[in-house]
Amino acid sequence: MADTGALNRAGVAAGTIPRELSGPRGARPRRIVSRGNIILYGTLFVMAVYYLLPLYVMVVTSLKGMPEVRLGNIFSPPMEITFEPWVKAWATACTGLNCEGLSRGFWNSVRITVPSVILSIAIASINGYALANWRFKGANLFFTILIIGAFIPYQVMLYPIVILLREMGLYGSLTGLVLVHTVFGMPILTLLFRNYFSSIPEELFKAARVDGAGFWGIYFKIMLPMSLPIFVVAMIIQITGIWNDFLFGVVYTKPDLYPMTVQLNNIVNSVQGVKEYNVNMAATIITGLVPLIVYFASGKLFVRGIAAGAVKG
Amino acid sequence: MSSVIINDLSLSFGDVKVLQSLDLEIGKGEFLVLLGSSGCGKSTLLNCIAGLLDITDGQIFISDRNVTWEQPKDRGIGMVFQSYALYPQMTVEGNLAFGLKNARVPKAEIAKRIARAAEILHIEPLLKRKPAQLSGGQRQRVAIGRALVRDVDVFLFDEPLSNLDAKLRAELRVEIKRLHQQLENTTMIYVTHDQIEAMTLADRIAIMRDGAVQQLADPATIYNRPVNKYVAGFIGSPIINFVDGQLVMNSDPFLKAGDLKVPLARYEFSGNGAREGNVVFGMRPEHIFMDKAAEDLPFRAEAVVEVIEPMGADTLVWSRLAGHEFRFRVDGQTAIKKGDRIAVGFDPARASIFNAETEMRL
Ligand SMILES: Nc1ncnc2c1ncn2[C@@H]1O[C@H](COP(=O)(O)OP(=O)(O)OP(=O)(O)O)[C@@H](O)[C@H]1O
Ligand SMILES: [Mg+2]
Repeated sequence: MADTGALNRAGVAAGTIPRELSGPRGARPRRIVSRGNIILYGTLFVMAVYYLLPLYVMVVTSLKGMPEVRLGNIFSPPMEITFEPWVKAWATACTGLNCEGLSRGFWNSVRITVPSVILSIAIASINGYALANWRFKGANLFFTILIIGAFIPYQVMLYPIVILLREMGLYGSLTGLVLVHTVFGMPILTLLFRNYFSSIPEELFKAARVDGAGFWGIYFKIMLPMSLPIFVVAMIIQITGIWNDFLFGVVYTKPDLYPMTVQLNNIVNSVQGVKEYNVNMAATIITGLVPLIVYFASGKLFVRGIAAGAVKG
Repeated sequence: MSSVIINDLSLSFGDVKVLQSLDLEIGKGEFLVLLGSSGCGKSTLLNCIAGLLDITDGQIFISDRNVTWEQPKDRGIGMVFQSYALYPQMTVEGNLAFGLKNARVPKAEIAKRIARAAEILHIEPLLKRKPAQLSGGQRQRVAIGRALVRDVDVFLFDEPLSNLDAKLRAELRVEIKRLHQQLENTTMIYVTHDQIEAMTLADRIAIMRDGAVQQLADPATIYNRPVNKYVAGFIGSPIINFVDGQLVMNSDPFLKAGDLKVPLARYEFSGNGAREGNVVFGMRPEHIFMDKAAEDLPFRAEAVVEVIEPMGADTLVWSRLAGHEFRFRVDGQTAIKKGDRIAVGFDPARASIFNAETEMRL
């Protein structure tokens, strides 16, 4: 054996490899600086700058004092960094009605978003579970109606809901708005949950029934623990959607219950005195911060959720 | 004493009739295998017995109790699924305990029953693991354990071994048989489309087709005396030889198919006896012999070898006999080759003859 090995190596050294066996081998070489790459990365870079520039201007402006803002050079970094505009935007900026800054709107938004998200996800997940697993009589009809609901434009229902809420005595209250958000989230969330629960093997559900678990037992003990990822997805959709809502907030609540978005609008558009661009910029960033944080925080949780849920049954 | 009685059971999904007026009676401690091709309604029947599907018509009795309208948990059944269906977020122990907790069995009793099941199924070292950390065979053991701890009268298996590789399948098959012997009074209903599983496990086999039972009998009867052409063709591997011909009655009956003439004096006709007409003659490949072994057989002829299929232990020979194709099995060591002329023979008593129109056994 050793001899033939040595012979082979000798043969290689002497260049006796047949012609048809020589030639390219292994991974094909790639040039990093090729025309395709320049176009690709160039385009990506331009797009990134295009989207990031406004954010840059906002951040920079929000950190300048008014005298510096008045110089009008919007791209220059602040010569003297000040957090004054941020504090003002949060605590003392004036709308036409009050001078409490965004803080009031922030807490209103929290009081709107938290119950709406919890309520809508709780109801929708149970809906989806019932539709996917229990195939009750009329389930298809119910589902069809729900989906049609998703296609009706909000504006059409705006006024009828005002009347409805007034009749229920909820018009102008946070409860009313929470109810509206819950109802409007229902079609898309139910669809989301139904599809997810349908993808869980039916035999698992059957096994649980044989094991004596009922409607709620299966929901809480079998389905919920397997569904973390879809709950995170639903939470992202709902929190950003409800936090960013302006229309329902302005239509269904009173001024002292306005959510943050409405408060922001009123601060930015208030016509008293000079326009404080730095304060406006800071206020806008603060308002957008919550969905941003939700994205970043839940992004991680989302990945972990998928990893935890990726169990072959 | 019967354990499960199914009386005139029908089930339709909308307009599609899946089960039609099905009757079945299964004895206490019996091992019944439901065998049939894909889509014939085996799982559907099992789900009906379990109470997981609402039936359209009929009655179901389990342990002398009418359970037609009862919930699955109240029927005294345990079920094992093809995909194991273990609860992924619970440990093995949690999986076993789930049904008992739902039934409010006391803690000490739960521990005792889990210990016993774990011992029977050799899963003691796995109790703290999650299903994802188990192999396919171990998962299926746990799934069987889940039925075992509940102390049920009837086990329902829906193709429990189909997701396992061949070696594990053979192993677990024996284990299921052993379990059945150990639990003397436990009835088992087992769905499969694997005939080996059916033949090895069953006390009786029910061959199903299009939602109806074709034949219900012990494995030997199903194999030797199939009630119709479908059953004959479904059971047995390699597949039975069929020859179209006429049944002719002289002093003795014989089969005539072209140049082929097979005397049927030794064939046991069932029911009304022999009648002339078109028939299908069936002869299993393993009942045809060649050379020496064929010498003493009542029917002998010369055949030409067309194709040889070596399969290790034995070899399948495709031959032509008086114009008809006959497959038969010979020892794996055979020296015959394509084109050889060989003497073959069989005993007509082992044949199965079917009416060409009704396809029923004669
Ligand atoms: N929910 C349903 N709605 C409509 N038809 C169904 C439904 N479930 C099953 N069927 C039909 O009923 C028939 C029997 O199905 P079943 O699952 O019992 O077959 P099977 O014998 O278990 O087949 P396999 O060996 O593939 O598991 C099939 O033709 C199937 O298409
Ligand atoms: Mg099936």
